[in-house]
Amino acid sequence: MSKKAVTEGAAAAEERIYVASQWQLMWWRFRRHRVAMLSAAVVAVFYIVAIAPEFFATTDPQLSEARRSLIPPEPIHWFDNGKFRPHVYAVAGYRDSMTFKMVWESDPNMKIPIRFFAQGFEYKLLGLIPTSRHLIGVGEGLEASDTIFLLGADVQGRDLYSRLMYGTRISMSIGLVGVLLTLIVGIFLGGVSGYYGGSIDNVIQRGIEIIRSIPTIPLWMGLAAAVPRDWSVVQTYFAITIVLSLFGWTGLARVVRGRFLSLREEDFVAAAEIAGASQFRIIFRHMLPSFLSHIIASTTLRVPGMIISETALSFLGLGMRPPAVSWGVLLQAAQNIQTIALSPWLMTPALVVIIIILAFNFLGDGLRDAADPYQ
Amino acid sequence: MIGYIIRRSIVAVATVWAVSVIAFAIIQLPPGDYVTAYIAQLQASGSSVSMEEAESLRQQYGLDKPIYVQYLRWVSQFARGHFGVSMLWNRPVKEVIGNRLGMTVVVTLGAVMLTWLLALPIGIYSAVRHYSLGDYVFTFLGFIGVAIPNFLLALVVMYLGFALFNANVGGLFSSSEMYLAPWSMDKVVDLLKHLWIPAIILGLSGMAQLVRIMRNNLLDELGKPYVVTARAKGLSEFKVILKYPVRVALNPFISTIGYTLPYVVSGSIIVSIVLGLPTVGPLLYQALLAQDMFLAGTIILLVGAMTVIGTLISDILLVWIDPRIRLEGR
Amino acid sequence: MEKESVQVSEGGHVAHHDDKPLLSVRNLKTYYFQDEGTVRAVDGASFDVHMGRTLGIVGESGCGKTVTAKSILRLIEKTGRIVEGTIIYHRGTGGDREAELDLTLLDAKGPEMRSIRGGEIALIFQEPMTSFSPVHSIGSQIMEAIRLHRQIGKQEAYALGVEMLHRVGIPLPEQRMGEYPYQLSGGLRQRAMIAMALSCNPRLLIADEPTTAVDVTTQAQILDLLGTLQKESGMAIVFITHNLGVIAEIADQVVVMYLGRVVEKAPVDDLFHAPKHPYTQALLRSIPSIQSVPREKLPTIIGAIPHPYNRPPGCPFHPRCASFMPGVCDRRAPRLLPVTQTQEVSCFLYHRDTEDDEWVEWTWKL
Repeated sequence: MSKKAVTEGAAAAEERIYVASQWQLMWWRFRRHRVAMLSAAVVAVFYIVAIAPEFFATTDPQLSEARRSLIPPEPIHWFDNGKFRPHVYAVAGYRDSMTFKMVWESDPNMKIPIRFFAQGFEYKLLGLIPTSRHLIGVGEGLEASDTIFLLGADVQGRDLYSRLMYGTRISMSIGLVGVLLTLIVGIFLGGVSGYYGGSIDNVIQRGIEIIRSIPTIPLWMGLAAAVPRDWSVVQTYFAITIVLSLFGWTGLARVVRGRFLSLREEDFVAAAEIAGASQFRIIFRHMLPSFLSHIIASTTLRVPGMIISETALSFLGLGMRPPAVSWGVLLQAAQNIQTIALSPWLMTPALVVIIIILAFNFLGDGLRDAADPYQ
Repeated sequence: MIGYIIRRSIVAVATVWAVSVIAFAIIQLPPGDYVTAYIAQLQASGSSVSMEEAESLRQQYGLDKPIYVQYLRWVSQFARGHFGVSMLWNRPVKEVIGNRLGMTVVVTLGAVMLTWLLALPIGIYSAVRHYSLGDYVFTFLGFIGVAIPNFLLALVVMYLGFALFNANVGGLFSSSEMYLAPWSMDKVVDLLKHLWIPAIILGLSGMAQLVRIMRNNLLDELGKPYVVTARAKGLSEFKVILKYPVRVALNPFISTIGYTLPYVVSGSIIVSIVLGLPTVGPLLYQALLAQDMFLAGTIILLVGAMTVIGTLISDILLVWIDPRIRLEGR
Repeated sequence: MEKESVQVSEGGHVAHHDDKPLLSVRNLKTYYFQDEGTVRAVDGASFDVHMGRTLGIVGESGCGKTVTAKSILRLIEKTGRIVEGTIIYHRGTGGDREAELDLTLLDAKGPEMRSIRGGEIALIFQEPMTSFSPVHSIGSQIMEAIRLHRQIGKQEAYALGVEMLHRVGIPLPEQRMGEYPYQLSGGLRQRAMIAMALSCNPRLLIADEPTTAVDVTTQAQILDLLGTLQKESGMAIVFITHNLGVIAEIADQVVVMYLGRVVEKAPVDDLFHAPKHPYTQALLRSIPSIQSVPREKLPTIIGAIPHPYNRPPGCPFHPRCASFMPGVCDRRAPRLLPVTQTQEVSCFLYHRDTEDDEWVEWTWKL
């Protein structure tokens, strides 16, 4: 390329950067971070499953059948004699007369073909549209509940894969709702603290110090245990969310406060005040946008913490309770070492939790790097 | 500096007070009160109690008084070491807790010390050998530490121990005889042999964070002019790094340690449930499941107080070490 | 022609005037290797430093002055390297030590280089604020410098430190020894920096923009101080700055650098009265003068310093040069050659391009 073209190209690129908005800049920087992009995709997939878990599940998650207790996972085999014909093997079991436990064997000669977008149990997509289409299913005359055990079955014969799909909904959404609450409280208190300063700031700061020194899990356990057993799933859900958010807002509040404090001194704020803008306008139109991107990045990093906390509480039986399904509830089965030694597939929800947490962490890191103008 | 200590102590006291309020609230939350539970117990074993007897019991325990009076009574009893009676075990709470609180301290302290001792050199190494293979390995391990929640890690470790070695890697002692035996050198050694697993599990995510902080701080400092000055004096590379930028990068590092304590204590509760350690965690769990509120509330308050005291001590240590704070009395 | 004159000063350094230089830099090239490209921070610099005299290195930011200083003391960071050139340090006779040493050949972290650093060649910086460690006292830092190069005990080192602080004009030196950097003002900190640098009686002091970060009054005091110390000890000084006014005051010999190259080398008077290189001339023109016509626009050099990854071919200054000769200046780079008895310049206005191909720089093929 001629020298002139190079310099012109460089000049044009610089011009583009110069006039790009803050969000565009952030997006361009984020795009370069390949791991973060991948993680964003992973998170998106998880949320898609969370919105429509019924579609991805093969069996009704509450359908229990003692006959199917502890079936090991039956993976999909994609090729049959070289032809693309996805299928699973049929499973046959008998009860061991000594231990009274079911013993399972898969029969490679009985091939059950898998259909995609097949018919299965009925549900309402998004709670509105009645349908019975599922991503994976079996053909006519066969029941998915008897044949497909992608991740095995638990001790009550419920398909773990389907329950995992359903669990995504609660586990992922509690993260969001909890963080939303934290966001609101954190921004509000942090903003008030930073903007007004003085004794209000002092009081709120002391409060934050106090809350930060308290070990959270014992308190969560106690508060969660206090949620009455007879509350409905929805009520328990909100109660747990509130309990989890009680302590999480302090980090965000401190950051917001710090930003407000330093921004108060900035010239552009003084200029807005001189121009006669109302305090409300100054806060929301001028100060907040300057660190909004940072808030988004920090908030993303809080979600995995919430997910872990809910999973921990439910794992202990103190959080979400059956018949609700969350990853933590699924992991309750793993409390017993003997059980998982014999049926290690019951630990799969742990793997799922780890994946989503890694994804959120990378995503949050990427967002934070992209949002930080002083890189 | 004295001013700082006094201020922190006041905040510490306020925090313990806040925890006591929450603990008391937790005790009160389930429907019914101590007497109701007591009556239920009696009824379960066959005897019954009349309304008048119930009322007089209530008066005896002060359960008819307003809430804040009950709270004050509870706090004053607590301060004197009367923690109430455990419904589950039918024994004074103090007895039930026994030396579990001490064990909790041991586990927590072990995790914190291990974290600190390992995070410091790893962080320094990562910063100095920036982008090297070792750095990448540690960064990777760090991500694992952050990503895997400690109780899941404990689960996996237990499973692996069972599946691979057919051994129970939980617990703090080899056997219950060892646990109950009086303290001796053997007992200490046995404890240490078992302690490192929970210590690592608990400390891993904190360690990952600290390594990151140390690495980033040190990287920031390494580029600063005073490091070049030190080199220009003719100081050896090793001394240049350890004596100057590490010393400066150490300050934010130490102050962060103070705030990892509540996190470690929290984690130890769940991890000790999974690993079956003789600490306060499994006890709290059982108490909550059985709605034994006196036991639960007491444990929560004790654990909270322990954490606050620990944080206070570490804050004082920080102030003592940093000359800038010391001299300016901030 | 030039007599060998030997002068022994109070500090005990033997100065060989006009004879052997203390330090000879020849064709120094220090490059930094980044992902995006190679930065030729110093691209062929040559000059001499003599005892008892001050060499001024002047140029805009980014011209390679600081990297030159760092190269002499082998303080280049990991991403950079001296790729070519020699730095001959004339130690003079002294027992079993070699008389001449090429610093580029030494191990940068090895004991020999480290003993020279601070002990024989000292360096002071621009930012006194951040050049001292904030968490150690001034005294401990000075004493460390002393005890690194001399085998003396703590008490002696302390006394020496106090004496050095006194020598640089810091009042209440004993008190200052125990104080921390943030407790001293900028001017005092810079003096303390000088004290620390001189505490081992170095033969060469490299001062990298030591007055840039202080106010004019303090600047004058520090320049005075350096002059006095030089007379007392006979040490050589390399003074790096972008301020021509300071050069006029303190330098004996001046080296003008642009984009990593020496474009002009001359005694200070010749430089100011008869500058040869267009860059030097433009620099001198751009100094506001009390004698210039009021309300007239200050002449500036057109254009800007090119991006380090985007160097122009041929003479690095040609895109901004008022005397640019197309076909000549953009094809090859000129060499530093004598133009009068005392001045050297690197410019095609004075030297025709020779057919020598070996030093042609293919600067656009990075």
